[in-house]
Amino acid sequence: MPVAGGPAVPRPPAYRPRRRWLRKSAPYFLMAPAVIAIVVVQVIPMIAAVGMSFLALNQFTIRDWTHAPFAGLANFAVVLGSWNVISQAFLTSFLVTVGYTVVIVAASCILGMLAAVFLADDMRGRRLLGSLFMLAFALPAFAAAILWTFMFQPHGAINVVLGNEFGLIPGDTFWFAGDKAFWAMCINTLWRTWPFAFLMFLPAVQSIPKELIEAARVDGASRWREFRSITLPSVSRITLLVALIISFWTFNDFTTPFIMFSTAAPKQADVLSLVIYRTSFVNLNFGLGSALSLLMVSFLVGFSILYIRLLRVDIGGADS
Amino acid sequence: MKPGPSYRILRAVVLTSLAIFALFPLYVMVMASLTPATRIQLGFEWFPSGLSFAAYSEMWRTIELLHFLINSTVVSFVTTVLSVVIGLLAGYAIVRHRFVGKGTILHAVMITQTFPGILFLLPLFILYVSIDRAIGLTLVGSYLGLVITYLSFSLPFTIWLMVGYLAGVAVDTEEAAMTDGCSRIEAFLRITLRIALPGVLAVAVFTFISAWSEVLFASVLTNEQTRTLPIGFQLFKNSHGTVQWNQLMAASLTMSVPMVVAFLWLQRYFVRGLSAGSDR
Repeated sequence: MPVAGGPAVPRPPAYRPRRRWLRKSAPYFLMAPAVIAIVVVQVIPMIAAVGMSFLALNQFTIRDWTHAPFAGLANFAVVLGSWNVISQAFLTSFLVTVGYTVVIVAASCILGMLAAVFLADDMRGRRLLGSLFMLAFALPAFAAAILWTFMFQPHGAINVVLGNEFGLIPGDTFWFAGDKAFWAMCINTLWRTWPFAFLMFLPAVQSIPKELIEAARVDGASRWREFRSITLPSVSRITLLVALIISFWTFNDFTTPFIMFSTAAPKQADVLSLVIYRTSFVNLNFGLGSALSLLMVSFLVGFSILYIRLLRVDIGGADS
Repeated sequence: MKPGPSYRILRAVVLTSLAIFALFPLYVMVMASLTPATRIQLGFEWFPSGLSFAAYSEMWRTIELLHFLINSTVVSFVTTVLSVVIGLLAGYAIVRHRFVGKGTILHAVMITQTFPGILFLLPLFILYVSIDRAIGLTLVGSYLGLVITYLSFSLPFTIWLMVGYLAGVAVDTEEAAMTDGCSRIEAFLRITLRIALPGVLAVAVFTFISAWSEVLFASVLTNEQTRTLPIGFQLFKNSHGTVQWNQLMAASLTMSVPMVVAFLWLQRYFVRGLSAGSDR
């Protein structure tokens, strides 16, 4: 520390050759804990998953899994090779998962954008309303899923209010079977997800220069025109990013369907995570489970590459 | 310029509908938690009679709620502390140093972030069992196993946000402190960390909430001793298959309120970090 009143002694570390090796290696030491944690828990299991998908792993061979019989591509062939019960179930589940993702991404972005555009207006109570919108996103996902499961019960709030009181739906709707289970799951997830889109859009909408909007209004542009020509182009970059984040959350979602339906979801709500979980941990067919999860991941990777290439989204570009 | 009447009506309708959608479930949750056990099975009522806080005291006896609460708190707290410290180190390295493989590491880290947890669950389970057999370190059913798992999955996001916050502090500020005689570590702790503190807190809260809410890994990696809240809540269903909804709602509410308050308090830093990460 400098002596009070005395001249500060400059100690630029660059001129201390003794420490040079330390400075050169410092970043590797700093990165090491993070890299080790990620390698052990993510990279090694990922490689193991690839290996396991080539084995005939089930409840009998798992005890001594290093000696489990080699199954080659049999696990993949079950799904991709021929048309059978398993491949049919997988395809259905895949379509359900894609449908679920598309519905949630589209609806979240639309609701989030509406809220952001209207709350960017100068009006009373906008801060309070914004915070109230955020409550649902701040609620842990499992608590939200429990809450909606309660509301969708036969005599629950949805049937009583929308059915008996407003007559919009039959008052005895059963929400945990058939197509209704899909929509129940979507409403549940949407409730928690759209505030995230709103949270991300609001600062983007607010940062549009006031002069630009004033000029458009002086020129007599309608609100719709103003939204299309000024707001939308200004927030397109963040919208693409938000859509990508939400699509990963939804495509990989396990919490909501698991809490709503346990492992026995009706096929209209049987998302991939749940099918793979059931294949591995209920039916104990670990090899097939690994093969299915790899198929799921290869789709995700393909989708991400296409999305990022085609739309030129810049994610994680912290090194640029 | 004042907006026209049709625009104002549209705005009012949209915002009111969104507010109802956002708030009605929360109203249901609060009311259900205050409804006596005898009335809750009858179905939804706007204003149930005989409201009481009974469920808030009964819930501690119906299941081992306190035990689950302690489990969740320990796991989430340790995960958060480790994640913030390790994330800060890595974030600092990325922002202030050039090194071989930086870009690769960053990209690899972000890609694994997009993979479903279900991909890792089974191999991770087998890996943990193998480690236990090989060196006697219990990872399945222990706090340690959960902490390591949550830590690893929270790190990519933590690092990403840390990079955003740390990059917001100019190198000049830090170097000025160093010319004044601070060591590099002192400069980091006293200057950079202090400026980036709100962001760091936001990351901490986010990590804590993620660990607190995690279901997939907890469903396989915990046992009766280490069960966390989301898994323990399944036990509110009694042997006849009836769920004690009033207590379940009271418990969900109690265990969520701290998370909601913390999140709302720090949300603007959270957004800033996310957008900073995407803008660079």
